[in-house]
Amino acid sequence: MANLKTVSKKSKAQSMGMHTEVLTGRTQQKFFNPDEAENFYYFGTYDVDFNKRTELDVKDMTAPEANKEIDNLMSQGYGTIVIKNPQGKHSLGVGILNKLNLIFEGSLGYFGMGSCDGPIVRINGRVGWSCAENLMAGKVVIEKNAGSCFGAAIRGGDLICKGSVGARTGIDMKGGTIIIGGDAGAFTGFMMQRGRIIILGDVGINLGDSMYDGTIFVGGEIGSYGSDAVDAELTKSDQDWLKRKLKVAEIGENFDVGKMKKIVAGKKLWNYDNLEPTEKKGAI
Amino acid sequence: MCGIAGLIHRGKSSNVGSELQGMLQALKHRGEDSTGYALYGDTDGKNFIMRFKVGENVGEGSSSIMEDVSVYDERKKIVDQTLAEMGAKVVKEERTLPYSLRYELDYNVKDLLEFSQRIESIPGVEILSMGKSLEVIKDLGNAKMVCDRYSLDKVVGTHAIGHARMATESGVDIKSAHPFWGYPFSDVSVVHNGQLTNYWNNRRVLENKGMRFMSECDSELIAVYIAEKMRDGATLEEGMKASLTGLDGVFTYFVATKDSLGMAKDTMAAKPLVLYESDDLVAMGSEEIAIRSVLPQEIDTYDPFDGEVKVWQI
Repeated sequence: MANLKTVSKKSKAQSMGMHTEVLTGRTQQKFFNPDEAENFYYFGTYDVDFNKRTELDVKDMTAPEANKEIDNLMSQGYGTIVIKNPQGKHSLGVGILNKLNLIFEGSLGYFGMGSCDGPIVRINGRVGWSCAENLMAGKVVIEKNAGSCFGAAIRGGDLICKGSVGARTGIDMKGGTIIIGGDAGAFTGFMMQRGRIIILGDVGINLGDSMYDGTIFVGGEIGSYGSDAVDAELTKSDQDWLKRKLKVAEIGENFDVGKMKKIVAGKKLWNYDNLEPTEKKGAI
Repeated sequence: MCGIAGLIHRGKSSNVGSELQGMLQALKHRGEDSTGYALYGDTDGKNFIMRFKVGENVGEGSSSIMEDVSVYDERKKIVDQTLAEMGAKVVKEERTLPYSLRYELDYNVKDLLEFSQRIESIPGVEILSMGKSLEVIKDLGNAKMVCDRYSLDKVVGTHAIGHARMATESGVDIKSAHPFWGYPFSDVSVVHNGQLTNYWNNRRVLENKGMRFMSECDSELIAVYIAEKMRDGATLEEGMKASLTGLDGVFTYFVATKDSLGMAKDTMAAKPLVLYESDDLVAMGSEEIAIRSVLPQEIDTYDPFDGEVKVWQI
């Protein structure tokens, strides 16, 4: 990574690996300043020790009880927590804002790992709708299949499903990377604004419908393109990045990335205005 | 929102009443205005089983108008008289609740259209189901309340579908509750989660073709739509595939017949469905927790894709 202190503000985000395209017009981006790191306090976070390990059986717990207990264990410094018998319960593992090694021995229901920022999670099962919604940072690996709205509105981090996923994967995503080992359903990348989606298998109809920005890579067949989703050239740098990412993700390491298709926004639907509504009034 | 669940045992029977109760109760947060069961029980296949109602449940948040119970008795008398006139012999009679009845009929007829039309011409009377294996039981309240009220936990059979309803576009009453019988076909039932946007257009067309609607619930359209396709010679699967383009809106629905169970998902995949398949059991529901109530061990499940239709045989 480049030295963030020396690069220009315009290219700082790219140097951090956040995205490759610069949006024109007014933006609300605020970047992390390494000089002020020590002044940050993130409410509800804990310093945990990855070597301190424990198990938690949630079979007879409700989701709020299980989440409270995970919070309690983190407050005691446990950095590796193994959850037994999740049994498809909804909303497990939500709102974890610190580093944590979390392992689920089974499947999750809806909204699993929602609104997280930092944990490394492995789910040895399937996940329901809206897994890892609003993920800010960290890594979530699902060993089996996932439901619809996988990685909805994520801002960062890596979200990996080794099986197939349902419809609207990466809907409204604003950063991060989603990697699918199998097939993906309809409306994948619907209204995505930034970030990358990699699908090794086939993808359903309306791929990248109304996407504003970001990139989608597809290894298999595409059902149909959505509105304003267009093909782009797969560059050498794209291929290098794909190889590196698939290796780190422990998925498709030997996949022939050269045959993948790259889909981006045609930007014909863009209708940004440089003036805020209040400024417009002044101009009139 | 609503939740749907279904299961089919292949090559054997099981306690489907209790199993479906567990699945639907796990989905009760999706709606508990009413709950309905379509159970395919083990019978000798000789007699028709007719589930019908002569009134509505007017308690528990119902949107129905209160009626005197004596009216129910009057309607029952007319039903008995009509059955006798048509040569249908009542072999067994059960009256679980004042408004809800179950008859076993010794009646030999292939086309149930005329039979149903005559019974339902009696004001306030609706046939909930008619078949040699199917029994539709639906009432207000959550899955456990309905199961306890009708003692469904002991029903043994091969397959079943059910529905936990949050009333949105029609009233809180039994007539709008699911499952819907695939009138006038013996042993056909439907449950649905979603909204159909071309309900009235389709309804007008189907009514002109002689099909009947008992409620203003959009989901009833699916049962009637598929029944009409089957009347014209289509198989269940062909009828379901036609519905993907013929019906507009968002939907996931199940259809069951005497020996099969099918699912269909709209082309936008807007409504959830989780599916578990093995050689001897298929279980599916709006959420995985429904399946977990019958299979608590770690299993492989998946979401069917958009525009998918699947049918399984017992």
